[in-house]
This record gives sequence, structure tokens and C-alpha cells, in this order.
Amino acid sequence: MSTLEIEPTVDTSKMQISDEVAIQIADMNKWFGTFHVLRDIDLTVYRGERIVICGPSGSGKSTLIRCINRLEEHQAGQIVVDGTELNSDLKNVDKVRSEVGMVFQHFNLFPHLTVLENCTLAPIWVRKVPRKEAVERAMHFLEKVKIPEQADKYPGQLSGGQQQRVAIARSLCMMPRIMLFDEPTSALDPEMIKEVLDTMIELAEEGMTMICVTHEMGFAQAVANRVIFMADGQIVEQNEPKEFFNNPKSERTKQFLSQIIGH
Amino acid sequence: MADYSYVRKEMLPEREPPASEVGVIGWLRENLFSGWFNSILTVVSVVLIYLILAAIVPWLWSPTWGAGSLSECRDIVAELGKEHGGACYGVITERWQQLLFGFYPEELRWRPILTFVGLFVALAPVLFTDAFPRKMLWFTGAYLFLAPWLMWGGPIWTPLLVAAGPALGFVAFRFVARAAGTLAGVIAAGLVPILWWLLAVGPVAGAIQSVVPLGIELVESRLFGGFMLSVWIGVVAIAISLVLGVVLALGRQSDLMIVKYLSVGFIEFIRGVPLITLLFVASTLLNIFMPPGTNFDIILRVMIMATLFASAYIAEVVRGGLAALPRGQYEAADALGLDYWKAQRLVILPQALKISIPGIVSTFIGLFKDTTLVSIIGLLDPIGLTGSIRADANWNGIVWELYGFIALLFFLSCFSMSRYSMWLEKKLRTEHR
Repeated sequence: MSTLEIEPTVDTSKMQISDEVAIQIADMNKWFGTFHVLRDIDLTVYRGERIVICGPSGSGKSTLIRCINRLEEHQAGQIVVDGTELNSDLKNVDKVRSEVGMVFQHFNLFPHLTVLENCTLAPIWVRKVPRKEAVERAMHFLEKVKIPEQADKYPGQLSGGQQQRVAIARSLCMMPRIMLFDEPTSALDPEMIKEVLDTMIELAEEGMTMICVTHEMGFAQAVANRVIFMADGQIVEQNEPKEFFNNPKSERTKQFLSQIIGH
Repeated sequence: MADYSYVRKEMLPEREPPASEVGVIGWLRENLFSGWFNSILTVVSVVLIYLILAAIVPWLWSPTWGAGSLSECRDIVAELGKEHGGACYGVITERWQQLLFGFYPEELRWRPILTFVGLFVALAPVLFTDAFPRKMLWFTGAYLFLAPWLMWGGPIWTPLLVAAGPALGFVAFRFVARAAGTLAGVIAAGLVPILWWLLAVGPVAGAIQSVVPLGIELVESRLFGGFMLSVWIGVVAIAISLVLGVVLALGRQSDLMIVKYLSVGFIEFIRGVPLITLLFVASTLLNIFMPPGTNFDIILRVMIMATLFASAYIAEVVRGGLAALPRGQYEAADALGLDYWKAQRLVILPQALKISIPGIVSTFIGLFKDTTLVSIIGLLDPIGLTGSIRADANWNGIVWELYGFIALLFFLSCFSMSRYSMWLEKKLRTEHR
């Protein structure tokens, strides 16, 4: 596990957590066939929170955030995102998906479209934004992730770090109120991890509500307001980062932390 | 202890490769004479190629274009004292119009020619999206209805009414989709035009024609023939089977059980049956199932069978393309809020079809060549015509020249398709460009 040191220059002035609930998960359970992946998950995320979810592989952390935009369907319990409950009503699902941005481990850019087209596709077709405005918006966010000069290239021509930043810009173009990150740096070469994390820090500084599955403990310490530790499909421990790392309560957490940090 | 400490003081510049690796000599060495065994192979191959050409070229070069019969040809060749004999081109000079058009009335042949030229104009904006203005697609749309009218003739009202079918389908889609969801809308959009075409177009066109007679001379299907018939069946079947095949491939992947099993059943049934049996069904059995008195055009029936046949294969080729896409592409489209149809149209199909291009084009080429099977059910495609030409006393016994000419026509068509697909693959390659 890489534990990249991040210089503690995170500007916390705009990172404010409001009382408004962004995501409410109650008694949520999920099975893959007969395998019980998520067990009695209860989680309330307030607007402006930056949550890092960590845990051993197979603990259900990716599945949890994939339930939040219904890439995975939960079988019991309730998930309410921005006041919209995720159920079999496809209209609700589409509404939540257009409000929640997601960044994947393997970027999942559309290889047949240019970087710019990747960024304008959903705004034009889902949000009905006029093409010109969509292009302006896309260029704005590409500048924000510092690759406006790559706009006309195809994803296959970019490095991994650049592709992941495009993926972040693509999500931002939908003006999401919540961003989900599913191991955004796990598929990257070490030298490219920092550029992606910097982009994510910048987002956090602007007050974006973020849920991030990651093994970057430096990022967790610098940016997160809450760290959640999962094992065997359950939330085992959650705390603010300082307490979580310096004073873990459960044995499972201690064991996990000793494995990823003490190498 | 060995001293392995080393630090480079300056970086080395790039250098030219040695002369033996580049240029003509480099190429020859690399490709033809890279070792003693390869050198022998090269020499043997060159000799073989020479021997083959030495036998064929003199046979091909044979000034028999004016001969009126096979025996006349033989006289000309004998006079030239050719060692390997010579080709007899007189049959082509005399019969090429028939081989191209069948028995299509001579004074009306401008119509298939115009249709053929129009085909390229209509295809241009589809095949070469960058080089031609998108507005030309309006012509492509109109061509779909004009082409059959030009070929068969009849009242102008028929193509206009047929063209109204998609418009009706669109209206049906809007109403049904709003009331019962997108899938029901799509089904309605498919059914309404078909019912309209089958039940309403004929009588309505006839009624209008009796009031306002406007049209061109009707040409019956039995007069269609020659390469024109192959192209006509081939092009229609290719165009429709691509659309139908994609729909079937999506149907096969659908979460809806009924749609899925209908697609699977259709695909597996069609793929399990030889095309020739389908053509026999088209030529004989189909009329038994039709209400008495209906006269369903034989070429239309063959077109439908060829289309269904090819669409099953296209569906399987496209399914391969769909399966080759990583799940992440579907997930990314979902996560961005694209619904099923938009995700398919904008993200999934463009990539899946790109992967499937070689398979799709192979199917098309196969289908185009399979159109010659219609000769077995009595349609006069080029192969069907060879029988009557060879039965002519003047040309009794001619083989190579006649079939060679037909082969050349098919080769040119298929080779162009193949080249186009390679060009398209290269154009669409976005990785590592």
C-alpha cells in the first residue's frame, strides 16, 4: 500500500459541513447470490462531508458506494439520496444518477470519443444543455483538472493519471452535488497518484460532498472529516481521521492499520 | 570487489540505423533473402509465378471480341497460332447487357442505372461521414423509398405512402411510449408501419391513382435479372439485415425474458437452416400460407428471406462485439445518468459495431455472393442466365469466359466492400494513434 505523504496545505476554509442530509442509508442489506456482502449498513452523510472508506479487500466498500447510485441493487433497507429514494422506479434511479458523480478505478472513459466529447456527452443528452454551453463547461472543468490542452485527443492517447483526471472532469460536467470515488488511484503508477489526489483535494476544498474508497491514508488524514472502516460487509469503526489512525478502537481496525502502514 | 559504480556524464544522441536495415536493400534482405532457405523459397516462388502467368496471360490476350459464336472464336485463335488457345470474348460482347440487366426492358434501363448511381450518392454520406455534408442524409432517406419505385415503377403514390409508414411509427412511438413506457413504444413503432404497409398502402395508393393518375411504367419482377438483380437483392438485404441484426443482438442481451427468448429462438432457428431451404419456402410454400388471391412479389419474398438469414448472422457478430466491451463502459454510461437507449446508441453500439466490422462485412460479402442461389428457384441472376446462354447453339460449350466475367463482377463488388471495411477500421482506431 502506498501511503503518499501529502503536504498539509489543504485549505479548510470552505470545507463546511451543514446539517442537511445528503445521503441516508438505513438497515441496508445486499446479497450476491447467497453471499451476504453488506449487512445492516446504517450511514448518514451530511452535505459537505468528505468520507474515506477503507478496509481489506472483499469487505464490501466498493459495493457500498456502488449501491449509492444503484450500479448495484440493494435487497433490503433504504437508501435516500438527496431526498430521492432508490427503488425499482427507474425515474428515481436516473434522477439520482444525474445528481451523483462517480469516478472508477479503471477510469471507464469512452474510448471512441475525444476527451471533450466524453465531457459533453451526458450534459447534452441527459441534461439537455446546448452544445456550445456544454463545450464551455467541459473546457472549464478540463482547465480545473489541468489538462485543457488534451481536449481533442482520445483517451487512449493519455497517461493513466490524465485519464483519471478527465474522468473526474467528465463527472463534474454534470454538476453533481455528491461525488463517489471507487479506488480512484489504485490502477495508477506511483508517479501519477499525486496529480489525481491533488485534483480531489481541490474538489474537497470547494466544499464538494465526497465519499471515497481508497487506500491513500495520507489523503484520508489531510482531507477526510470521517474515516469509515469496513470488514466482512459491516461498518466496524468510524471516527475522525486523527482519532481513527492514532487511537483505533477495534482489534480488526488495529490489525488492518498495522498491515497497511507498518511496512 | 568489482567496481560497478558508474555515472553517465552526458546523454547519447539518437543515431541512424545501419544501411543494411533501411531502403530497398534492407527491405529485400529482410523480406526475401533473410537466409539460405528463404532465398530458395523466393527463387522457387518467382519461377512458379512466372510459369502460371506465362500460361494465363496469352490465353487472356485474345482478340475475339467481335466473334459471333464459339466456332468463330476458335477460328480466330487458330489463325493466330496460339499455343495455349485463347479466350472467347464474343459471348460477353454479345450478352453483357443481358448479364447485367436480365430481361429488363431496354428502353427503361435508365431506371436501374439511375438507381445504381443514386445508390452511391445515398451511401456517400453514410460511408464517408467526414467527406460529405450531413444534409445529404436527407437524400439517403428519400432514396430508400425512391429506389424501389424506380426499379418496379407504378404510381408515385405508393412510395409516398410507404414513406409515411415511419412517420406513423414515430407518432405511435410518442403516444404509446408516453402511456406504456419506452419498450412498448418501440414495439408499437415497429408494428404500426408494417401493418400500414401490408394492409393499407396498396388499396389507398390504388384509390388515389384512380383519381390522380401519376406514375411511371410498371416493370414486372419476372423481367428482373442479371447482375442488377444480385445487387438489388444484396443491397436491400444488407441494409435491412444490419438494422435487424443489431436489434436482435440487443434483444438477445435483454433482461426481459420474452424479448430475450424470442431473439434467441429466431437466431438459432435461422442459423440452423440452410439459406436454400428458406428460398424454397419463399418461392413455393409462402404462397400457401397467404390468403388466396394475394400476389406477394417473388423478389420481395426472396429479399425478406435473405434479410432474415443475414440478420441472424449479423446478430451473432454484433453480440460478439457487445460481449467484448468491458462492463465498465456500461457502468460509466449508467453512472452518468444515460438511460438504456441513449447508452446503447451513444456509448455501447458505436464501440461494439466498431469491433464487429470485420465480421459484419464478412457476413455482407457472404450474403451478396449467396444471392446467386436465387438461380435455383428460377430467378434469372447472372448464374441463372448462364444456362440459357450456354443453351444457345452459338455458345454451346463456353465456360471460362462467361463465369469469369460473372466472377469478375462479384470480385470487384466484394473486394471493394472488404477494402472499405479495412479503411473504416483504420479510421475508427482511436487507441495509440
